[in-house]
Amino acid sequence: MSKTVTIEPVTRIEGHAKITIQLDDNGKVADSRFHVTEFRGFEKFCVGRSFWEMPGITARICGICPVSHLLASSKAGDMILGVRTPAPAVALRRLMNYGQLVQSHALSFFLLSGPDLILGMDADPSQRNIAGLIAADPDLARAGIGLRAFGQKLIRSLGDRSVHPSWAVPGGVRKSLPTEQRDELLKQLPAMYATVDNALDLMKDILDRFSAEIDAYGEFPSLFMGLVAADGGLEHYDGKLRVIDSDGKVLEDSAAPESYQQLIAEAEQNWSYLKFPYYKPLGPEAGMYRVGPLARLNVCDFAGTPKADRELRQFRHYGGQGKPVTGSFYYHYARLIEILFSLERIEELLADEILIDHHIRSQAGVNQNVGIGVSEAPRGTLFHHYRVDDNGILEAVNLIIATGQNNLAMNKTVKQLAERFISGSKLDQGLLNRVEHGIRVYDPCLSCSTHEAGRMPMQIKLISAKGELLDEIERS
Amino acid sequence: MPVITLTINDELVSARSGQSILEACRDHDIQLPTLCYLDGLSARGGCRLCLVDVAGSPRLLPACTTEALENMVVTTHNEKIDRYRRMILELTFAERNHTCAVCVSNENCELQSLAAELGMDHVRYDYLNPELNLDTSHERYGVDHNRCLLCLRCVRVCDEVEGAHTWDVMGRGVESRVITDLNRPWGDSESCTDCGKCVEVCPTGALFDKGSSVAEMKKEASFLRRILDGREKRQWQR
Ligand code: SF4
Ligand code: SF4
Ligand code: FES
Repeated sequence: MSKTVTIEPVTRIEGHAKITIQLDDNGKVADSRFHVTEFRGFEKFCVGRSFWEMPGITARICGICPVSHLLASSKAGDMILGVRTPAPAVALRRLMNYGQLVQSHALSFFLLSGPDLILGMDADPSQRNIAGLIAADPDLARAGIGLRAFGQKLIRSLGDRSVHPSWAVPGGVRKSLPTEQRDELLKQLPAMYATVDNALDLMKDILDRFSAEIDAYGEFPSLFMGLVAADGGLEHYDGKLRVIDSDGKVLEDSAAPESYQQLIAEAEQNWSYLKFPYYKPLGPEAGMYRVGPLARLNVCDFAGTPKADRELRQFRHYGGQGKPVTGSFYYHYARLIEILFSLERIEELLADEILIDHHIRSQAGVNQNVGIGVSEAPRGTLFHHYRVDDNGILEAVNLIIATGQNNLAMNKTVKQLAERFISGSKLDQGLLNRVEHGIRVYDPCLSCSTHEAGRMPMQIKLISAKGELLDEIERS
Repeated sequence: MPVITLTINDELVSARSGQSILEACRDHDIQLPTLCYLDGLSARGGCRLCLVDVAGSPRLLPACTTEALENMVVTTHNEKIDRYRRMILELTFAERNHTCAVCVSNENCELQSLAAELGMDHVRYDYLNPELNLDTSHERYGVDHNRCLLCLRCVRVCDEVEGAHTWDVMGRGVESRVITDLNRPWGDSESCTDCGKCVEVCPTGALFDKGSSVAEMKKEASFLRRILDGREKRQWQR
């Protein structure tokens, strides 16, 4: 007789994620499923609109990383126009993308995962939250909030709003960075570096403290995919796709992002709205790949900025000679390194005279009927693929989001955690907390994961093969 | 020109004979919401937002098409009129598709600001959500029927001011749509002079400059008064 454990959120308008863990006759974990019921019909209802509106539309609809959609969509639009996007506009877009990386990673590390990491997985639930974190380490919490605010301020300086900006457009951007705001941002940088330095020290403590269970949070071989710069450096806006395997062997190098369909196929399952992309040449099983901070640090040859490169060398020790880091718990560490890298890049860009050049937008009509825009969102590689008619009306839209690409890995992580922490046919808070954290390491763009640590709405059901409810645990 | 006297909101005001109630109100800085009316175009009385109460009339009357008469007693605002106006706006929103957040005219839209001004904060009617298309075949402009409220400013400005008469209306009731050159794609129109007057006077995001992104369209309908004064009075002022 086999049993099924289901973890699902109580009904709320945001956040619809549900986890099922299948036990076999011996009470061992046979399979696990992370059900996602978001992302319904999104691509369909853009059809019939114009591609000029898409940056604004996609930034609005996917409210969790609007900047990333804005940029990928604008890049797809650039391709449809078929003209060169002015270099100052590209620099400004990169700048906004770094702002987004800083704010999103800071949110994930300090506010969403911080309470788990700093107070521990088994801390009193009434304390294991942002208030508890502030009580335990007010300086850290405040600095984390400040770091996030810095990223948001950068985004706002460019796009007028930190959420849902419609600033990047096909052909360029709408507005430049006012010099007063540039100077203000530059002034804040030293404090931001200090925050990341402290967080990196803390991260090493965390790795020590969690050493006994790190390998339960998604330690397994998989492929990794991400953009790399022409010189092999860490890249978030342009560049070529690289895919490596868990031995560090390069399977794809310098693949043009526009040819993504040769690399990626998308499987569907009737129990999840989120698709399951995989590396096509290896098939749905062996083709499982991870994207995001961990993947990006694994695929690049080097970071390309002094501080981040120093940190990257330390990070690579966790992988072993020439091999990538394969534990998903290290996503946290990778996020901090990317914040550091972004700050260094922001500093470079803010000092660059190119930002004051006034030509920031190229005008053109439809010169190509297909547009593919790829960029690195905080959570991983994001693809926007449009087909338009000669008047720019969308005939087909395909989006591949980071969270989808990590879907197979998230499922596998939940399974690993269940294998380690499920005891008998009883469910406990310890498992619930760890499964929650196992999902959080990927920082998925699902609304359930926007709740702070310890607050992810979840419900666990333990059901036998006959459909009997054996145990139930929930959190609202 | 003969002058008449009437009462608006308990105040005695004078007006020129032949003026509409709306014109009389505006001359005396009495605010009235309007959508289809535009200074410089013929009045149409289509949107009904300018409804006012005229003593002795069993129905509310549109101020833009009702002549101001000697001794008339007019009320422009009261609880009932405000309720009617909000209802009209709600019906307008429900009739097509107004997703302001992703509209080219967001934050620069007459319909949207009227809704804010009149305190319309929700729509009590079912949205019809008809399937309407976007025509971006014109080299410079686009029309999104989802945002059109059939105010017919475009039709009138094209006919009365530009003299091209490219725009017309097709169909009846909720089926109505503005069309170019007897329902050909705008880009195929032979009568359109590409002047863009229709785009400038359109109160919503229905007509826009092609290539506009979300919230990027800003229109200025006051150009109309300027060119008409130039044409009619040989006066040009900036
Ligand atoms: S036309 Fe105006 S009311 Fe309609 S969606 Fe656009 S901004 Fe909103
Ligand atoms: S297109 Fe604009 S101006 Fe023409 S009827 Fe529709 S809303 Fe009015
Ligand atoms: S303004 Fe009078 S009816 Fe439209």
